[in-house]
Amino acid sequence: MKIDLQAVEDAAKELYIRALKVLPPDIKAGFARIDKSETDATAKSILGTMITNIKVAEDTDNLLCQDTGIPIYNVSIGRGLEVDGHALMAAIRAGCARATREYPLRSSVVHPITRKNEHTSCGAEVPVIHIDYSDKPDTLEIEMVPKGSGSENNSFLKMAIPAEGIDAIKTFVVDCVLAAGGKTCPPTIVGVGVGGTSDLCVALAKRAATRPLGSVCGDAEGAKLETQLTAAINQLGVGPQGLGGDSTAFAVHIEIAATHITMNPVAVNMQCHSARRARATFTPAGVAYGF
Amino acid sequence: MPTEAAHPKGFDDMAHYELTTPVTEEQVRKLRVNDTVTLHGTLFGIRDATQIHMFDRGRATRFDLHGHAVIHTAPNVRKVAPDGAHPAGYAPVCIGTTTSDRMERFTRPLMTQNGVRIIIGKGGMREGTAAAFKDIGGAYLAIVGGTAALETTWIEQIEDVDLDDLNPESLWKFRIRNFGPLLVGMDSHGGSLYEKIRLDTQARRAQVLASLGVKP
Repeated sequence: MKIDLQAVEDAAKELYIRALKVLPPDIKAGFARIDKSETDATAKSILGTMITNIKVAEDTDNLLCQDTGIPIYNVSIGRGLEVDGHALMAAIRAGCARATREYPLRSSVVHPITRKNEHTSCGAEVPVIHIDYSDKPDTLEIEMVPKGSGSENNSFLKMAIPAEGIDAIKTFVVDCVLAAGGKTCPPTIVGVGVGGTSDLCVALAKRAATRPLGSVCGDAEGAKLETQLTAAINQLGVGPQGLGGDSTAFAVHIEIAATHITMNPVAVNMQCHSARRARATFTPAGVAYGF
Repeated sequence: MPTEAAHPKGFDDMAHYELTTPVTEEQVRKLRVNDTVTLHGTLFGIRDATQIHMFDRGRATRFDLHGHAVIHTAPNVRKVAPDGAHPAGYAPVCIGTTTSDRMERFTRPLMTQNGVRIIIGKGGMREGTAAAFKDIGGAYLAIVGGTAALETTWIEQIEDVDLDDLNPESLWKFRIRNFGPLLVGMDSHGGSLYEKIRLDTQARRAQVLASLGVKP
């Protein structure tokens, strides 16, 4: 299948706007679940406002949150595709800038030193574009994640050592959630990267934070740790917006990579309650939108 | 003035206030943590770059903020031809609230130099802000972060804008109606829900780590 680059540009625009407006069904189900189990009155009231907001955004065709985030596009190239990779990245960038100018969206992206805003949501290395490969025949998938800064500002890496063991990982995750408090817009998805190099560890944490609710770590030990940490984090009492309650995190997600005999790295990246993402799937039948 | 409106927390001793800005020191000192407030009138939008330019680079605003409320925001707006409904040439698209903690060091100058009485934000602020509220008379009203679609429905108009070269981090003047209810998160009597939760959660840390099998 030959990839039509104009269709990719159009989808990159459409995906940004869609992601900002409609929450994925797994996140909505997550809200329904924690709203049922929450016992604190303030927390319950705050969750109610969040759930109302999801409906208001859909009813008024508006953005869920004003933070348009740093745009991230995760591209998965299947088998048998004919695509000019360099042009594909340019098309995504063009679509991202068009969404910003044409909708119009707030450009939340500035030069890191001059702080100049080009009002395109683009800049050096931004949008972030990750290219990966899958075994799906004749399929191109693009996932769009507008990553809000409230949660992104609470990102942490610790190069722990083997002698500190798994206890270092558990303690670090608990302490990161405590340090973040209400600043991350809880309830969050706490993404944890375990292993790898320092950069891979942080990337794993981001992947974990943006995984759908209900998904489980592919590694059995990682999956076990997810269950333990999810229960533990929700005993801390941070609660929605950091104002107390049972619902601190929808879940703790873990992604793992092998690491060096001398290393024990752990990274934390969080996703706020407006856990937005959208997906476009290109097949010979055309483009389909989903989550 | 407290009304009979039911408090969302269901606390009988907590009051609800309907306030129209600007407010007096006396009005703001009546507010206690866990009270709720609904605002009417004028609300100013302010953010990181706005305050960096005002307080670190000495830029002045032509707006009089005395007795007013500011909200930590940078909105999504659409440029339109100025008319009666859009006097500043901007229509609101989506207006929400950002994390307040980054702007902690600006609370005191905002109050002493510009006379601000109320800060609306999310996630809370720290000791410096609590001390400024106590010394000068101010309060922090917590909005639910990430609920901008709802918040936008409480904003009637973008009346004016200053320091617009910082767009979207300009100094915005919004006309608001039924803005809230918002929870008083920090008051002028040393009360802070955030400090309380910080201490509560720290106190639970050891027990939570023990439940994970972490050796002390």
